[in-house]
Amino acid sequence: MEHLSEMTASAPPTITHPDSPDAGAAPASPEAAAILGSLGFVVRLEAFSGPLDLLLHLLREEQIDIADIPIARIADQFLLAIKHLGLNQAADYLEMASRLVRLKVQMLLPRNQDGEEWEDPRAELVRRLLEYQQIREIAHWMAGAAERRALRFGRGYLPPPPELPPPPLTLDLLDLLTAVERVVSSILHPVFHSVVARPLNVEGASLRVLSLLADREEFVWTEALGPRPSITDVLSLLLALLELAKRGQCFMTQPAVFAPLVIRRESSRSAD
Amino acid sequence: MNPLAQLIEAALFAAARPVTAEELVTLDPDASLDEVRAALEQLREHYDFDGHGVEVAELGGGYQILSRPAFAAAIERAQLGGRQPRLTAAMLETLAVIAYRQPVGRAEIEEIRGVSASGVLRSLQERGLIEVTGRSEGLGRPLLYGTTPLFLELLGLPDLSNLPRTEELTIALQPYKVETAGPDDESAAYVAADA
Repeated sequence: MEHLSEMTASAPPTITHPDSPDAGAAPASPEAAAILGSLGFVVRLEAFSGPLDLLLHLLREEQIDIADIPIARIADQFLLAIKHLGLNQAADYLEMASRLVRLKVQMLLPRNQDGEEWEDPRAELVRRLLEYQQIREIAHWMAGAAERRALRFGRGYLPPPPELPPPPLTLDLLDLLTAVERVVSSILHPVFHSVVARPLNVEGASLRVLSLLADREEFVWTEALGPRPSITDVLSLLLALLELAKRGQCFMTQPAVFAPLVIRRESSRSAD
Repeated sequence: MNPLAQLIEAALFAAARPVTAEELVTLDPDASLDEVRAALEQLREHYDFDGHGVEVAELGGGYQILSRPAFAAAIERAQLGGRQPRLTAAMLETLAVIAYRQPVGRAEIEEIRGVSASGVLRSLQERGLIEVTGRSEGLGRPLLYGTTPLFLELLGLPDLSNLPRTEELTIALQPYKVETAGPDDESAAYVAADA
């Protein structure tokens, strides 16, 4: 067989679609053929629905009897094939590969001379392959049945609605306001959130900082706060400090990590 | 056609899904199940021999009026009828395992197909072709799956016994067989075909 001679050559065979042994599998163009040739080995991953499928395909390619699989050769071919598979699917294939390698080793073990007790390690694989082959047959039959069924239509068919772009929004301010009115009036107890101006006093805080700096070379920032500062006092001071620092009217340093800020009149570098 | 056959024709025409013979019996308080079946046969012959574009199909456990396959291409071209997206190979294989081994757990499906099955099981469930039928007594009490009437409808089969028989094949699948033992003896429905 042609493939067998290819196998002995250095170039490995090309795996193609299992259901199209020859014609359909040929690359579309000479260029593609050249690329495929240079890659040496191409597996069309989506063409196989699992490691058993790939294995069956390899056996079919080689016209091997399932009951008497040359494990060593098939294991090598299988490993070669999955080398080119994407990692996302490779786990299932790797599991089969490890099984095959294990079988290959088992086949190499010396058998008992009497030959009576030797149990073919391939038996389980053969059983699985036959079982899977049967499932494939049934699946094929079911695909045909579904195809035949699809040729008969029952009532109640609704064609998919054509996808229309949303119509442009046409409304004026009055429409919008009446819409708001309608929505608000339908709410039993409308909750109106009253917005109040924030009582931040950045200006006052800035003045306080500047007057402190007029007296002293440096101070800790909390000294600029009153005896029992509210959260707005703190926020006002922080914003004031940032503003002053931006303007260059004060300098802030932090002696250590998490230490309170120290406010200086001049930058620490020029002070040194 | 007799009045019962006409009534059944009207009912099948009105329904957008297969209607069981039991449902058809409720149409007429005086009709028996046998009479309904006879009327269905009359309706079928009427469609088959009087030159109609539709036929009475038995599928998914019921009866439905369907257009004849010969007109499929024209109907589709005119976009008056459409088909569902085709099943993938993985879906078909998984359905095959479930159809013949139900109730069956995920582990067995994965063992037979040699690939992970969680994704395909989910899509089959979403399409309503399989359903969870129970839990296994085994470790972790895994979910067991079975096919739905919609699965039969999709394949155009009256019931599971219309799936191809696998007895003649050498491998021990457990084909569905028409129950011959008493209704309590569940194991009789699933007989190993180990030859």
